[in-house]
Amino acid sequence: MAVVNWLRRNVVVLIGLLALGYMTLPNIVVLMFSFNDPNGRFNYTWNGFTTDAWENPCGVAGICDSVEVSLRIAVSSTLIATALGTAIAFALGRYRFRARGAINTLLFLPMSMPEVVMGASLGTLFLNMRINTGFTTILIAHIMFCLSFVVVAVKARVLGMDPKLEEAARDLYASPTQVFLRVTLPLAAPGIGAGAMLAFALSFDDFVITNFTSGNTVTFPMFVYGAAQRGTPPQINVIGSAMFVIAVLIVMIGRIRASRRARQPA
Amino acid sequence: MTEQQRAGASGDVSLAGLSKHYGDFTAVRPMDLTIPAGSFFALLGASGCGKTTTLRMIAGLEQPSTGTVHIGDRDVTALPPYKRPVNTVFQNYALFPHLSVADNVGFGLRRRGVKDTAGQVKDMLDLVELGHLAKRKPTRLSGGQQQRVAVARALINTPQVLLLDEPLGALDLKLRRQMQLELKRIQTDVGITFVHVTHDQEEAMTMADTIAVMNGGRIEQLGSPVELYESPRTTFVANFLGQSNLVEARVTGRADGDLLLDAQGNRLVLPAARSAADGERLVMGIRPEKITIVHTSDAKVADGRNRLDGGVIVDAAFIGVSTQYVVRMPWGQEFTVFEQNMERDRRLVPGAGVLLHWNPEHGFGLESGDLTAGVAEASEDAA
Repeated sequence: MAVVNWLRRNVVVLIGLLALGYMTLPNIVVLMFSFNDPNGRFNYTWNGFTTDAWENPCGVAGICDSVEVSLRIAVSSTLIATALGTAIAFALGRYRFRARGAINTLLFLPMSMPEVVMGASLGTLFLNMRINTGFTTILIAHIMFCLSFVVVAVKARVLGMDPKLEEAARDLYASPTQVFLRVTLPLAAPGIGAGAMLAFALSFDDFVITNFTSGNTVTFPMFVYGAAQRGTPPQINVIGSAMFVIAVLIVMIGRIRASRRARQPA
Repeated sequence: MTEQQRAGASGDVSLAGLSKHYGDFTAVRPMDLTIPAGSFFALLGASGCGKTTTLRMIAGLEQPSTGTVHIGDRDVTALPPYKRPVNTVFQNYALFPHLSVADNVGFGLRRRGVKDTAGQVKDMLDLVELGHLAKRKPTRLSGGQQQRVAVARALINTPQVLLLDEPLGALDLKLRRQMQLELKRIQTDVGITFVHVTHDQEEAMTMADTIAVMNGGRIEQLGSPVELYESPRTTFVANFLGQSNLVEARVTGRADGDLLLDAQGNRLVLPAARSAADGERLVMGIRPEKITIVHTSDAKVADGRNRLDGGVIVDAAFIGVSTQYVVRMPWGQEFTVFEQNMERDRRLVPGAGVLLHWNPEHGFGLESGDLTAGVAEASEDAA
């Protein structure tokens, strides 16, 4: 009876823990196998503990170059998509104009269309326009699909902002530029930040669309895919785990800072 | 004080032919209005009467369709809000949630390039008794505290005119009363012109020197609270500002500056000076608290008083300081009477026959029109 009562009281926590376990288990396996000392080319069975891969993460030809390419693409496409997406979100959220409905619909396409279809059509487009695929074409493709997510995140924020706040700023001697920099932008910042993080994550781990638009350029996901044909060095796990840990740290720092601001003394 | 008076002499706000329409909808009909410098001026009306639009045109947040806005001798009609010597306390305050209380208050000074704002901000926060909360974010303050921050944020800029858009609407009754007195005190201290928009007639009467009652995009009547209450000039004002008993009447003659009236077969007297109507037909009004109610059996009324016989009490509500009676008149109309609870007559219960009488000087005459204009608006806002 006591057990049943305990279960009843903690059922939500239990389900939460199970869900959390379900989601983090793959990451834990990846992390674990980054310390494996594989017997042969494939890192699929546990053989012995070693820190070799962590001490020498670039030890496999091309792996760190691919990470660098991925980072450059992710940073560039995040910056451009966030800037464009924020502007579009303000336009859609604040103004009524002729093509507004059409743009809203078009923005949903990259999110709803299967990636394979989009990748293939982009590949066809670049081929027919005789554009050599490579870094630039990957960047163009990434900006395109990141844009939609940035717009959705920022627009939600813009719609939730009280227009009275900007009026108050105008009333308090702020010129239009100052209103934007001092009030509008800081208020929209959480939405813009969320959009940018989403864009970075999407761009960094995209494989399908990149595959159709990459030419000879190799991003990290493509390197992993290529490597899987020939053998999987534990360095892949090292870099994957490092990305995971960095992402978790960023989120945790954000949380701690937010809660500290909330608990700020009088 | 002398400096303020000098600034005041040229600081009147004058609106000339000011109007605003959105497409086919007219929010404000062409309006001429002068708000004297240093006064506490209230724009009073029900929602949608154009009072907020008028305020926003003075602030520069709304462009007028026609007309001009002058502050002192300066035409500010074409100036954007950030170039006008005017600040606003917004409805729901519009405090910047990402800035601390001190940064909110110092916002205007910094935009105008004042380098060291800390001292002024501190003084201002002390004036509104919020010095100890300077570092907090506004979302962590109570409604009354937020309201005071909003006032401080506007006043620190020493504008020529302070605009208040329903500044107390979000507060509970007790706090509202307290803030009314507080705002009035601040206005007297700083001597800045306050233009206050409100739908609460009691608030307007408590605070303002002059009230403009607005209805349907135009000013119905302008005057001091006493003037508006004692001598309303339209049925809307009579019903919206307090309560009125209105009855249609015909002028049957004139004597010694008095109008002799026939109201539903009763002969009443009204001083001609108390009537805003010139014609044969008018509406006679009397405030509920000016009427004396007596039981039919002691029907002795002093000479020279207006009297209406044959009323029957349909409802009596004891409110504490007074009792509110609803009396059905022989012609079916219901009159409201407030009677001070000094010596309560226990016979005055629902069903009792009564007669009503009052001093003719207390009546007022209006142009005949819709007797219930303004009633719905007033009760809707009270709710």
